[in-house]
Amino acid sequence: MAQRHLIAGTGAAGIAAAETIRGLDPDSDILVVGEEPQGYYSRPGLAYYLTGEVPERLLFPFTKQDFDRLCLRRLQGRVVALRPESHEVTLDDGRRLPYDRLLLATGSLAAMPPVPGVELEGVVKLDDLADANQILRRCRRRPEAVVVGGGITALEIVEGLRARHAHTHYFLRGERYWGNVLDETESHIVEQRLRQEGVPLHYNTEMAEIVGRRGRVAGVLTQDGHRIDCELVAIAIGVRPRMELAEGAGLATERGILVDETLQTSAPDVFAAGDVAQVFDPLSGRSVLDTLWGVAVAQGRVAGRNMAGQVTAYRKSVPCNVTRLAGLTTTIIGTVGQGRDKDLIGIARGDSETWRQLPDALVAQNAFDVNRLRLLVAESRLMGAVVMGDQTLSLPLYRLIAHQADITPIREQLLQPSAHLGDLIADFWSDWKEHHAAA
Amino acid sequence: MPKTTSRQEVRAAGWVMPEPVRCVQCGICSFYCPIDIDVRRHAWLGQPVKDSHCLTCGECVARCPRGVLRFERSDLFEPGG
Repeated sequence: MAQRHLIAGTGAAGIAAAETIRGLDPDSDILVVGEEPQGYYSRPGLAYYLTGEVPERLLFPFTKQDFDRLCLRRLQGRVVALRPESHEVTLDDGRRLPYDRLLLATGSLAAMPPVPGVELEGVVKLDDLADANQILRRCRRRPEAVVVGGGITALEIVEGLRARHAHTHYFLRGERYWGNVLDETESHIVEQRLRQEGVPLHYNTEMAEIVGRRGRVAGVLTQDGHRIDCELVAIAIGVRPRMELAEGAGLATERGILVDETLQTSAPDVFAAGDVAQVFDPLSGRSVLDTLWGVAVAQGRVAGRNMAGQVTAYRKSVPCNVTRLAGLTTTIIGTVGQGRDKDLIGIARGDSETWRQLPDALVAQNAFDVNRLRLLVAESRLMGAVVMGDQTLSLPLYRLIAHQADITPIREQLLQPSAHLGDLIADFWSDWKEHHAAA
Repeated sequence: MPKTTSRQEVRAAGWVMPEPVRCVQCGICSFYCPIDIDVRRHAWLGQPVKDSHCLTCGECVARCPRGVLRFERSDLFEPGG
């Protein structure tokens, strides 16, 4: 009898798993269940949709023909209960669905701050396409807006609001932007660019209350007693993996659903991948969360292989994200920071806990304001890099970090205060590449 | 600095190559392709744009906000090159 695969979630991990299963098993039944009527689209692409760089229809990587080709059954609905012992889930409409193998790829949702007024109309977040469309709708009146939070999503919203002519204030609880990933100079570069774009930054500022009038946002009160009148408040203080299903079924969870190296949860035949999965990393010996698109795809593919019966271990790759911070293209690779960021609770979108596991490492950096390069230099290899502006070296650096290239020949030079990091890395990369053609 | 392949060289013998680790499937590359090649699909699969209709105009390379795409020289003497 054909295997019945059930995938809860239509994001990158779920679709990558479905595609992989179909590639290995042409006869199995694959059912993908998701709440969003739009199905699979590029969640990170919402940033470019907000700024107007890409139209809504282009956010969908798969056409109907792609889904037909994969012979996927799709169902709009929410899985509300899981019974691992009887291999069955229940949907929100009461239907019960049996499975042989189940993938939990339910993603994560924005955390909301515990302040009065978060329920008011005009308080927005950026989890999905519906949220993006709500922001765009509200921008038609060119509102006064306040953005609260940190990390990539907060700036994506700021950029989107700016592009739509909303006058935007940005609240920071601390002294600088994204303090546990960026260093001081990098934070200040981003802040300076925001100021140049006309975004007032409010440091050491915490929202105490969102003030409403007739159910709608009318302003924000800060903890030090100031009031800013506004019609829109955007929240980006981090995300929480959606673990309710797993918790209700008694699966092992911590900050996410705990999975082993094959991405199997504590229940047989139940797998988890993407934002919701907390994955064991043999290199660090820890179980970590990632909210990166590329990681979700890689995990979905490995989960798919295991669901199709091909036992495969997930090998965590070096976390990498490319983003625009106040218009400046920035690539973050490997391990680059540590500590906590006051603006975020836990993990944000487009984030990796690995970025913040920095042990003692020396820092090499160049002195330019834009086109900045920071390298985290360990004993014989590079541990991480932040590349701002010119991206010529970001691919070579990703490869050198991912392959743990022995940088001993240039290590001392890299750490010289006046080192030309770009030239050193470029020359080293040319030689290294020739000797590692497969890399 | 690393030698980059010029557009003229690519027009003679090359293609657009994606770096999937940077791609989030936002679709900007496909949107700007003047002849509607689904560049995004190539990035998902990690495959070069070998479509014989590709003009190597560079719109997708220039527009990608994440630097996923680059020109790469192909070998004329290889099958499919």
